[in-house]
Amino acid sequence: MRFEYFQMIDRIVALDAQARVVRSECVVPQQSTVFEGHFPTYPLMPGALLLECMAQTTGWLVMARSGFTAMPFLIGVRDAKFRTPVFPGDALEFEGGIVHEGSGFTVGECKGRRQGKSVCEAQITYRVMAFASPEFRQSILQWAEQIDVPVKEFIK
Amino acid sequence: MSATFDKVADIIAETCDIPRENIKPESHAINDLEIDSLDFLDIAFAIDKTFGIKLPLEQWTQEVNDGKATTDQYFVLNNLSGEIDKLIAAKGA
Repeated sequence: MRFEYFQMIDRIVALDAQARVVRSECVVPQQSTVFEGHFPTYPLMPGALLLECMAQTTGWLVMARSGFTAMPFLIGVRDAKFRTPVFPGDALEFEGGIVHEGSGFTVGECKGRRQGKSVCEAQITYRVMAFASPEFRQSILQWAEQIDVPVKEFIK
Repeated sequence: MSATFDKVADIIAETCDIPRENIKPESHAINDLEIDSLDFLDIAFAIDKTFGIKLPLEQWTQEVNDGKATTDQYFVLNNLSGEIDKLIAAKGA
């Protein structure tokens, strides 16, 4: 997890586009400037960043289902819950799925767990659009490979 | 008024917090009800779920942008309801 690059997911551990399920893992960094403000003497993973973890996890599934021809952009969140504090060093697991694929948008869901216990959940809406440029798509594909997204299985 | 219109109007009222009595068959979702594109996606989600269809929003937007259709054809609620009925019929065919 690299807050400064907004790379919230360390690796994708399972991605089944047919079953519409994705699972990811990440470890909250021990140190970050984020924790200097959130909060002094009591470092706590911001809920907004847990939401980003969920959005990215299910976002990879949305991309895989498009054959990596389209990019999901976060446009809406419903029923977000942050059930328990998350601290530096915590290992998190996320599991995402697809609720509905519309025309130009997808509604997904994701849950986060720590040692099997629920940490957070949300329903997430994405606008799904073609990549703005080949360079942008290439950069996303490189990022995908860095975190073990099985790009070659899905790419069109 | 069609049953489809009634369901669509209920969805719009609930999704956009618009008084139900202000939503009429001749209302234009964008021009009269001032529903923006983000809220319309929520409406599309609810319509898709309710009727078991997939509104072809991208195709409609392309047609409007290309000058092949007007927004009235798809976003006046009576017309939208008619498009939904066509999609339901196509699904059952």
